Amino acid sequence: MNQTTRMNQATRMNRMNRMRLVAVSAGLSTPSSTRLLADRLVQSARYELAAQGHEVETHVVELRDLAVAVANNLVTGFPAPPLAAAIDAVTGAHGLIVVTPVFTASYSGLLKSFFDLIDPQALAGKPVLVAATGGTARHSLALDHALRPLFAYLRAAVVPTGVYAASEDWGSGGDSYAEGLPGRVQRAGGELAALMSRREGKEGTEEHADDVDDVDDDVAVLERQLSDLRFD
Amino acid sequence: MQFGIFSVGDVTPDPTTGRTPSERARIKAIVAIALKAEEVGLDVFATGEHHNPPFVPSSPTTMLGYIAARTERIVLSTATTLITTNDPVKIAEDYAMLQHLADGRVDLMMGRGNTGPVYPWFGQDIREGINLAKENYALLRRLWREDVVDWEGKFRTPLQGFTSTPRPLDGVPPFVWHGSIRSPEIAEQAAYYGDGFFHNNIFWPFDHTRRMVELYRRRYAFHGHGHPEQAIVGLGGQVFMRKNSQDAVREFRPYFDNAPVYGHGPSLEEFTEQTPLTVGSPQQVIERTLSFRESVGDYQRQLFLMDHAGLPLKTVLQQLDILGEEVVPVLRKEFAIDRPVNVPDAPTHGLLRDARAVTAE
Repeated sequence: MNQTTRMNQATRMNRMNRMRLVAVSAGLSTPSSTRLLADRLVQSARYELAAQGHEVETHVVELRDLAVAVANNLVTGFPAPPLAAAIDAVTGAHGLIVVTPVFTASYSGLLKSFFDLIDPQALAGKPVLVAATGGTARHSLALDHALRPLFAYLRAAVVPTGVYAASEDWGSGGDSYAEGLPGRVQRAGGELAALMSRREGKEGTEEHADDVDDVDDDVAVLERQLSDLRFD
Repeated sequence: MQFGIFSVGDVTPDPTTGRTPSERARIKAIVAIALKAEEVGLDVFATGEHHNPPFVPSSPTTMLGYIAARTERIVLSTATTLITTNDPVKIAEDYAMLQHLADGRVDLMMGRGNTGPVYPWFGQDIREGINLAKENYALLRRLWREDVVDWEGKFRTPLQGFTSTPRPLDGVPPFVWHGSIRSPEIAEQAAYYGDGFFHNNIFWPFDHTRRMVELYRRRYAFHGHGHPEQAIVGLGGQVFMRKNSQDAVREFRPYFDNAPVYGHGPSLEEFTEQTPLTVGSPQQVIERTLSFRESVGDYQRQLFLMDHAGLPLKTVLQQLDILGEEVVPVLRKEFAIDRPVNVPDAPTHGLLRDARAVTAE
């Protein structure tokens, strides 16, 4: 085995273990408790993945920065370059953390608009952790009544623990009846990491086929169909 | 290389006057635009086909037949013909008829329509869109190429011993382009048959156009029709020009800002950066259009959308003067430079007839 081959193999091994973890934060203020929660969840999942021997690459998509681009895409049908990059990051991630403020009993409209722009098949099977923030704990079921159905439609694999952080959670611990925010963050991050590891163990984390290769698979099927219609 | 224009045929209020042309005025304007296109030396005029307001051109062969009678040279085409919801038998007959009337100056671009309800309006199911495009087109090809057709498919009643009349002029079916923005299946369909592929990139970033054309070229070669660079490619584009680029921007901005298809989204500047829309001097239009070749290779047909956003007829006719006098002659010269000899011209009736004669010998 020459040196180049060894190096290629090392790069390959490295890539095999490298996982992309992407968080989407739909908070609107700066600083934002939604972003704060996203960062905590990223940290927790990253820690667990690292403990399992994975190298982790993390990225946070701040939807606030893309608000105009999202609206423009809704009316033009195509994403401006920074939005296209965010969509690629989300669809190309091995695991996704989605955090939204609760507005009017649900996720924010900006979050929904962003996911409206993503191909409905693109998140199928992807491990997703859902989380939300709000003023009081009274809105916590928005996680299960709004966010879970959204990702169920997209056929993502949502981890069992969703994390809701009310304002008071940032200044209190748990009690004998319920876990505090840090405990929930840790549990949810662990669940996401476990799901990502399991899935990648099965499929391998090698770069998935890019656009063009996907298209090649599609056209091969189509070619057979066209031959079936062929007369000459 | 062919240069031409295509009209969507929308009736859009002029935002600077608030006036909306009547359907009659718009239809007559489209005819005037087509005649002007021939007058200023363009090669192609293509009309859209729509079955919902605010669009008027629901009956393309009526319109093109009328234009054919009043022109001598220009090729008449569509942008696009709905291969999904029209009966392929009627397409075969209508366009063969038009071929005879227009002495062969006819080709078609297949497309799938601009609105979901057009499928049920014509008794079809939108979920079958791609399948309709495939089956109907396969039948259309047979109707033009075989004198007597026995046929059975999924989407229309069977045919037994059917002859589509009139037969195509000189036994040469009209050349077909397949138009698509985002469906790789349509690029594959064009490649499979060795037909043309038109990417109507007017509302799309060029990188996307490049990838779709690349796919088509690769598959064209795969199916044995020639080298990738010999595949037949057409592109859209839309422009507004004044001698002075600032004047062009100033005059076009209210149209852009209010047009149903452009306005209330990205700014004119963002839109021109991200799509082929070019608003500026003729020189800027020349440079932009020449840059298309760098992305997709040497290609065969460039169509511009000129009567958009509610521009009044007078302005559109001025734009066509600029296009024909100042832009296209330069583009013809520039595109011809370094064009490889093996890159074919856009197929015309004459070329196809001659090729057929050679094959027959």
